[in-house]
Amino acid sequence: MNLFDIVGPVMVGPSSSHTAGAVRIGYIARLLLNETVKKAEIYLHGSFLATGKGHGTDRALIAGLLGMHPEDERIPNSFQVAKEQGMEFSFAGIELRDAHPNSVLMKLSGTSGRELEVEAASLGGGRIKICKLDGLEANFCGDYPTLIVHNLDQPGHVAEVTSMLAHKSVNIATMQLYRDKRGGDAVMIIECDKEVPAESVKWLEKLEGIRKVTYLSLTEK
Amino acid sequence: MSFKSLKEIVDSAREQEKPFWRIIMEDDMSERMVSEEQSFGTMKQMYDTMRLADKSYDEKLKSASELVGGDGRRMKDAVEHGKTMSGDFMGEVMGKALKMGESNACMKRIVAAPTAGSCGVMPAVFLTYQEKYHVSDEKMTEAMFVAAGIGTVIAERAFIAGATGGCQAEIGSASAMAAGGLAYLQGGREPEIVHAAAMALKSLLGLVCDPVAGLVEVPCVKRNVIGAVNAITSADMAMAGIVSRIPPDEVIDAMRSIGMALPSSLKETGEGGLAATPTGEEIARRISE
Repeated sequence: MNLFDIVGPVMVGPSSSHTAGAVRIGYIARLLLNETVKKAEIYLHGSFLATGKGHGTDRALIAGLLGMHPEDERIPNSFQVAKEQGMEFSFAGIELRDAHPNSVLMKLSGTSGRELEVEAASLGGGRIKICKLDGLEANFCGDYPTLIVHNLDQPGHVAEVTSMLAHKSVNIATMQLYRDKRGGDAVMIIECDKEVPAESVKWLEKLEGIRKVTYLSLTEK
Repeated sequence: MSFKSLKEIVDSAREQEKPFWRIIMEDDMSERMVSEEQSFGTMKQMYDTMRLADKSYDEKLKSASELVGGDGRRMKDAVEHGKTMSGDFMGEVMGKALKMGESNACMKRIVAAPTAGSCGVMPAVFLTYQEKYHVSDEKMTEAMFVAAGIGTVIAERAFIAGATGGCQAEIGSASAMAAGGLAYLQGGREPEIVHAAAMALKSLLGLVCDPVAGLVEVPCVKRNVIGAVNAITSADMAMAGIVSRIPPDEVIDAMRSIGMALPSSLKETGEGGLAATPTGEEIARRISE
């Protein structure tokens, strides 16, 4: 724990989990979509649903999707900002299976038609976890540049991705692998110590057996 | 932070013959690999942001539940009309604590210290202290390091979230942090700093987190007042030579064991205590409609 987790963060109130964490979930989801959000269907679960309105969780999520940070003073007015920027959104309740009490599911579509489904949780103190992407296990916090590759469960794909990273001198911080069943859909989540070049991410998308590549770049655009 | 106890910080300060705050700052420099200017600058920025947040209080704002707003102004009026028993200094501290708590509830920008719910304690005592004693921003920043060091040890040994430890972990921790900082500002050395923190925390042990409707409003805003006032009385006791009979680190450990023993209904679930009173439940019903 660092000193400025204790004195700090600077944030718009009232709650580090229900407000600041919610902004961050929206912000990371927007980066994962990698383009301006055109439409967002948002489903609140558990405590987010029960006390979210009083904590401004709804406005916080929209603020994050618009690219705002937790200290942005426009957060209380994010619905208005979304309207001005032509972003459509809707809210509903949901009962997610085995989810953290502060969880949300967001179905996003971007200006170019790119779609992404993000399930995330706010863990407290402004820290978050991306739990699922497009329904498949994810489990990362958004503190590192993160590469998420959905592929067919067949030999060689992990080697393709990791050799590319080695070739680009990108060190792997953590790596996780999941699949729904043998020979089914698989996913690898790789947190990296530095950014992965954009052309390498594009190259991965073209490989046979790779279904989708999502990349979290932390470089401000 | 590399320190797991207040005793380790005190021992390092003595061995290296450096002030308490510098030991904390140098630990931050090595932890985050930043320069002295960066570490000190970031902390000063936190203090500046607290001051800005205090100045931008808007007495007309109401929180989501409409239960919170305007009390900071009421308190200030009472002080200005000489109606308070506890004097101008304490009255100003109380007003500032209410203002910051209200600003947080009304979605204004604050500095979590250590949490958003307890964000009023440190700025209330530090800003008022600086106004009264006219000390430099640099000295105030040093006191912020003292407070942050104490808070980090509490977070490492116990907790700072209401959901894990009850309100003692939020307002109690904030009060201990502020008390240590005040003792330093009053010329206290290592023993006065840690004993002020220990006495502040001791007096708030067992405080539960029972927010009405689960919102950071009732009783959170007003508990910032007791956290701030308690920090001042604790620092005054420490500077008078009074010590905590239970060593500071053991007080923190006691907070941890109390927090673990608290039922979940008293840890930010909005199910027990004030939240479960007939009025608390009525408010919750009204909000959910």
